[in-house]
Amino acid sequence: MSRFFTAPSSAHLNRRGFLAATGALTLATALSACGGGDDTSGGTSAEPVGQADIDKAMKTPSELTFWTWVPNIDKEVALFEAKYPAVKIKVVNAGQGTPQYTKLRTALKAGSGAPDMVQIEYQAIPTFTITNSLLDLRPYGASALKDRFVDWTWSQVSGSKGEVWAIPQDTGPMGMLYRQDIFDRHGIEVPGTWDEFAAAARKLHKADPDVYLTNLAANQAAAWHGLLWQADAKPYVMSGSSDITVSVDDDVSKMLGTYWGTLAKEGVIGVEPDFTDSWYAGLNKGKYATWLTAAWGPVFLSGSAKSTAGKWRAAPLPQWDAAKPSSGNWGGSTTAVIRATKNPIAAAVFAQFLNTDPASAKMFATEQFFFPATKALLADESFVGQESPFYGGQKVNQVFADIGSTVNTTFQWPPFLDQAATDWTETVGKSLADKTDTVRALGTWQSRLTTYAKTQGFTVHTS
Amino acid sequence: MMTATPAASLKGRRRDGPTRPRRGGVRRRRSAGPLFVAPFMALFLLLFLAPLGYAAYLSLFQERLVGGTAFVGLDNYVRALEDPQLIHGVGRVALFFVIQVPVMLLLALAFALALDSGLLRLSRVIRLGIFVPYAVPSVVAALMWGYLYGPDFGPFAQLSRELGLPAPDFLSDGWMIGSLANIVTWEFVGYNMIILYAALRTVPTELYEAAAMDGAGAWRIARSIKLPALRPALLLTLLFSVIGSFQLFNEPNLLMKVAPDVISSSYTANLYAYTLAFTGQQVNYAATVSFLLGLVIVIVSYAVLLTANRRRTS
Repeated sequence: MSRFFTAPSSAHLNRRGFLAATGALTLATALSACGGGDDTSGGTSAEPVGQADIDKAMKTPSELTFWTWVPNIDKEVALFEAKYPAVKIKVVNAGQGTPQYTKLRTALKAGSGAPDMVQIEYQAIPTFTITNSLLDLRPYGASALKDRFVDWTWSQVSGSKGEVWAIPQDTGPMGMLYRQDIFDRHGIEVPGTWDEFAAAARKLHKADPDVYLTNLAANQAAAWHGLLWQADAKPYVMSGSSDITVSVDDDVSKMLGTYWGTLAKEGVIGVEPDFTDSWYAGLNKGKYATWLTAAWGPVFLSGSAKSTAGKWRAAPLPQWDAAKPSSGNWGGSTTAVIRATKNPIAAAVFAQFLNTDPASAKMFATEQFFFPATKALLADESFVGQESPFYGGQKVNQVFADIGSTVNTTFQWPPFLDQAATDWTETVGKSLADKTDTVRALGTWQSRLTTYAKTQGFTVHTS
Repeated sequence: MMTATPAASLKGRRRDGPTRPRRGGVRRRRSAGPLFVAPFMALFLLLFLAPLGYAAYLSLFQERLVGGTAFVGLDNYVRALEDPQLIHGVGRVALFFVIQVPVMLLLALAFALALDSGLLRLSRVIRLGIFVPYAVPSVVAALMWGYLYGPDFGPFAQLSRELGLPAPDFLSDGWMIGSLANIVTWEFVGYNMIILYAALRTVPTELYEAAAMDGAGAWRIARSIKLPALRPALLLTLLFSVIGSFQLFNEPNLLMKVAPDVISSSYTANLYAYTLAFTGQQVNYAATVSFLLGLVIVIVSYAVLLTANRRRTS
């Protein structure tokens, strides 16, 4: 249900463990699967496909393969198959997040075995457009869907030349879940700014040394990127197909680094890795008074910290500038079509239907508890009006729906996100955990990424 | 070893000696030989030599996200030999090998000798108990130990808090190699013990009887009969341990989740190769690193064999 790029799913662990368990020779075997030429079929024309062609394709019997890790997605797929009985969809769970991308990349390189449609997280889209693996959905009518989606989600799925690389499915605008009871006990107001947040962190930890205001996980690059996003940072800017500006240690980043580095050094916040047993126990036992998370967090938390039911509330993230509330996004995903598909029309229609058909889109919110990407659902009283007992009857969806409209629309991801995330953990994350100089670690992160990007053939600029 | 000569010649005689000659036997045997070997050779070529050759081929190229693939000759090897992350990774597993393997093999040896002595009660239960961890998948084992090592809610930490002692931080930089060594030892003591125990069971009882007749005690028998008899088995376990140590992957990869600030993506050489291939998209360089790691393992294994053999002849 929740998505993050260092996801703790068991599938993730098993595959990584399995793949390289037997070491060098196994790696050689694995690599031998990665031969074959690249799929570089070249420039797409944005010529729209006629309605007659679409009708014909949807009536021609065909079978499409769809890779997704969404549980019980058969229900939504059934809606599609009811409308287009000629098109059969084969749903395959190829792993959650990174493991799936690894398999996808291998299949794309091998030139066979890739699906027609694929679930892909916002942050991973550039990783697959740089290899020219996704189909531009404009010719299939995707441009007309723009206004149905929350602004920032559409800019996330759009290419630099206006391509539409995917259709948004769910989102994760970031907010703050907090323990009302702990706040009350220590007389802490809900912090509206980061300054107030820092003051509250010091006050709370002083009053009760066993409690921390929050935990900034030293392994969670996704959360850090969400916070960068909120602060209006532009860590990665692609221009053209081979030029990238990497500025993960610019002034905004340094401000963030100083802020969190100081709190970590003072020991008034936790820095332990998230989604571990210890972290779950910490949330259950009241070690942390807030969780800076995304819109998928509320449902996730109500399942993993049952013993604290009724004590939590939701609020927007603290702000750098209280007059201009903003937020970032963490998680959520999209449906994309693989360029090499033999049935581009049917695949594109499927990707659009799945996420825009009112019944299908609503089902994601009610069955999978996804946080929606469509404006219609975010204004739907039956969704935003839900009162959640875990949050003391608060209308949590409404809180996050409001946050969603403050998410910055210009944030970009690099085409080598996995590397950026790994390097973050080993530099910035490590500095937080070790209570060393975080601003200096930002510099190391910057230089590691720059070196990497150059090795990969990019022309690298720094701001 | 003195007993080696007669045994070898006995075997040789048996092989060459006239064993009820049958008509056409020789020819049939000749044509059957390659057939029997064929399944193995086919798999060996397909699953071992072909991927190895392909990895070697891959290591001569460089594929970039921008700019495609180019032949670079030995550039990847030059880069790897100067790569501090690789050198540290290999150094770390070498240190791990030096710390962990002696402890594990001594424990395995002690258990095997104790079980073989016949002096233990419930020896079958004990044997099974020591062996069971080996049956636990290493993924599960690492997850379990990751929990046990936990600094807040792990049982060791809780116990020491109860006793008012400072909790040992098993997952910190200083302790990590020891903590990993503990997991691997726990997993593999039973396995090595079984190999050594099985070797002990093949020692003919006449030798023990003769030694007892000559007045040798249990210690003397262990030192003069059992240990020499165990030498090939010990060498085998040592070689397995070289390979296992230098390819250390599962345990650090899983503990990385609970101690990301201590275990980096290049903590061991194998982990580094994996990260290069699947995180960094540097498949060619990963092949190079794998190849070099394989080379290191061959060299260390050979050195171990050589030292063992030299000791035997001297």
